Amino acid sequence: MDLEHSLDQDALAGVVRAIVAGRFSMERIRRREGTPLVVDPDDWAALGEAGVFSLTVAEDEGGVGLGMADAAVVFEELGRGLVPGPLVASHLAAGLTDSPLFAGAADGTTVVGAVTRPRMSDTGARVPLIVEHLASLDAMIVVGHDGLLSVLSTDDLEAEPIAHPLDPLTPLSVLTSLPEGDPVGDRDTAIRFTQGTHILTGALCAGMAAATCSMAVDYAKERQQFGRPIGSFQAVKHLCADMLVRAEVARAAVDVAAVTADQPDTGDTVRAAAGAALLAAEAAIANAKTSIQVHGGMGFTWEVPVHLYLMRARVLASSLGPLGALARTVAARY
Amino acid sequence: MDLRYTAAEEQFRTELRAWLAETLPTLPEKPDTGDWAGRRAYDTGFQRLLFDAGYAGVDWPKEGGGRGSSPVEQLVYVEELERAHAPYVGVNFVGLLHAGPTIVAEGTPEQRARYLPPILRGDDVWCQGFSEPDAGSDLAALRTSAVRDGDDYIVNGSKIWTSHAEVADFCELLVRTGPAETKHKGISWLIMDMDAPGIEIRPLRTIAGATEFAELFFHDVRVPVANRVGQENDGWRVTMVTLSFERGTAFVGELLQSMELLHSLREVDDADGSPNADRIGHLGAELDALWALTRRNVSEAARTGVPGIGGSVFKLAFSELRQRIGELGMDLIGRGGLSWDELDGPAWSRSAGGPGNAELVDTWVNSFSRTIAAGTSQIQRNIVAERILGLPKG
Repeated sequence: MDLEHSLDQDALAGVVRAIVAGRFSMERIRRREGTPLVVDPDDWAALGEAGVFSLTVAEDEGGVGLGMADAAVVFEELGRGLVPGPLVASHLAAGLTDSPLFAGAADGTTVVGAVTRPRMSDTGARVPLIVEHLASLDAMIVVGHDGLLSVLSTDDLEAEPIAHPLDPLTPLSVLTSLPEGDPVGDRDTAIRFTQGTHILTGALCAGMAAATCSMAVDYAKERQQFGRPIGSFQAVKHLCADMLVRAEVARAAVDVAAVTADQPDTGDTVRAAAGAALLAAEAAIANAKTSIQVHGGMGFTWEVPVHLYLMRARVLASSLGPLGALARTVAARY
Repeated sequence: MDLRYTAAEEQFRTELRAWLAETLPTLPEKPDTGDWAGRRAYDTGFQRLLFDAGYAGVDWPKEGGGRGSSPVEQLVYVEELERAHAPYVGVNFVGLLHAGPTIVAEGTPEQRARYLPPILRGDDVWCQGFSEPDAGSDLAALRTSAVRDGDDYIVNGSKIWTSHAEVADFCELLVRTGPAETKHKGISWLIMDMDAPGIEIRPLRTIAGATEFAELFFHDVRVPVANRVGQENDGWRVTMVTLSFERGTAFVGELLQSMELLHSLREVDDADGSPNADRIGHLGAELDALWALTRRNVSEAARTGVPGIGGSVFKLAFSELRQRIGELGMDLIGRGGLSWDELDGPAWSRSAGGPGNAELVDTWVNSFSRTIAAGTSQIQRNIVAERILGLPKG
C-alpha cells in the first residue's frame, strides 16, 4: 500500500508541467479568450504526442498502457495549468477503439467532445443543449437517457454559438437538434465512461483547487498592509489553511478513486469516483472564490486570472450533472 | 500508487483477525464510564492479552520492547482492532502513545528498563501533565515550577485536562526549570510518581456530565532528578517528539467508527424514505477522502520514517467532520435526542437495531472536544498556514 506518487508518476507530471509551461502559459492561453477556437490543433497534437489521450489505452492497441492513477496525475497537472479544451472526453474517446470516428483521438489529431442528452424539465420546457468547444470538435460522444453511449460526427450539426460564455476559454454552442448517432460499447463501457468522467474531471478540479490556493498564498506573502504581509494576519492565514485542506482532501480522494479503478478488488470504484468528483468540484469552486477574496480588489479584476479558475470550475462541475446526484450515489452505496 | 498490501502485511492482518475473533468473546463485560477502577482493570486487562500475544507496542521500536512494525502494519493493526470492535486503548493512551515513545526516543537505558515493560504489559498507567489553567494553546507559557534540592526537584503548581488521573501510576509532567521569560527554553520533562505526597486531584465534570479528566495541584512534590527525561531545560524539544506521535494515526479508529456510524444513520434515514441522502452521501464522500488521506500520510511516514505534517491537515478536517456527523445524528432522531438515557422507538433505537439515541447524543456532545483537544482548530490552522504554506508568523 503506497499512495505517494511513484518516481515514474513524478516524471510524468514533470513532462506535463513542461508542456503546460511552454504551450499553455497563462499569457498564451489568454490570447484566445472569447474566441470560438480556443483549442489550437498544434497544441492539441502536442498533448497527444505526450500521451495525454492514449495514456490508458492498451499498448497492443497503440496506447501507452498505463492506468487511471497515472491519468489522474496528468490531469491534476492540466487542471493546475487551466489547460482549455475537451480533455476528458478526448481521453475517454481514445479508449473507445471500436469507433472509426475516434481513430485520431489518441494522438490528438481528432478532437472529441461529450454531451449528455437532456431530459424535458418537469414543466415540459426544453432544457438547452449546450456543447463546449463545438467549432474545434471532429466528433462527439452522446450519453443517452439509458446511460448508453453513441457517437456522431459534428460536421452537420446545427447550432447557435453563445455570445458570452461564462468561461471565456470554454466557447459554448446551443444545439438545435441532436441526431441519434451510432451506438458504441455496452453497459460496462458506459459505466467505465461515467467513472472515467468522474475521476478525470475530479483530477482537473483538484489541480485547479491547488492552483488557486498557491496563488492566494503567494499573494498573501507579498501584499503588504499595516506594514506587514497580509498573510501574517490570522484572518487571512486561516482562509489559506482551509484552502489547502480542501485541495489536499480532494486530491487524496481523486487519487484513491483512480487507483481503485485500476485495482477494482480494493474497493467500490463507483462510490470512490462519485465522491471524489463531488469533493473536487466543490473544492475547485470554493478555493477559487476564497482566492478572489484573498486577492482583495485585484481579485475582482479581469487582469488577475483567478476568476478564470472559478468559471472553469463551474463548467466542469456542470459537466458532472447535479452534484446532489453524486452525493446520493455515494449514500446509496454506503 | 498502489492500494494492495504485501503478502507479509496480509499475513499479519489474517493472524491478528484470527486472534481477535478468538479473544474478544472472552473479555469481561464493559464497565460503566464513571467506574474508573473498573475501566482501569478492563483496559489494562486487554493490554495484557495483547502483550501475551505479541501485539503490545506494535508501533514501538524493537529496542523499546515493541514489535517494531512498519507504519503500514500499524495502520492494519488499528484498522483490524476497530473493525472487530476491540476495546479502545483507553487508560493506556498516555503510556502507549505519549510517554512510552518519548522514553524510547529520549530516555536513559535505566529509564527504559524501569518504565517501558510495565506500560507494554498493562501494569502501569500513565497520565499527562502538560496543559495548565493559564497555558493551553500557549503551552510554552506553563508555570508549574521545579526547583533543585539535592537529588530532587521540588514541584509546585497545577495542571489541567488530565485524563484518568485517579487511576494513574505515573504522570508525564512538563515543568519550568528556567526563568519564566525563557518560555520554551526553560522547560523540562519529568516522570512523576502519582503516589508521591503533595499531589491533590480534583475531578472536572465535562458537558457530557462525565468526570473524564481532572485538575492536579502540586504542593512541594519531590521528584528525583533521575526521573528527568532529556536534559534540563530541553523539555520542549522532547515534547515535540511526543506530540508528533499523537498526530500520526491516533484518530484512525474514530475515523473508521464514524464510517460505521454513518452507515447505520443511512439505514435510519432510509427507513424514513431517505430525505437526507444528499447530506449523508456528502459526509460519506468526506469520510472516504479522509481515509484516503490517512493512507497517503501513512505512505509518507513509511518512506520518511517520521509522521508528517499531513497529520495537521487530517486532524483539522476530521474534527470538524465528526461534529457534522454528530449534528446529522441529532437531526435524524428529533426529540429522541433530548434524552441521555436509552429510549425505545423507531428505526434509530437500539431495540430496533439502530445506533440508539444515547450513543448519538454522546457522539454529538463529545464531538465538541475534538476541535479543542490536541491543538484547537485555530491553532491547527496556524500550523498548516505557517509550517506547510510558509506564511509569516503573526
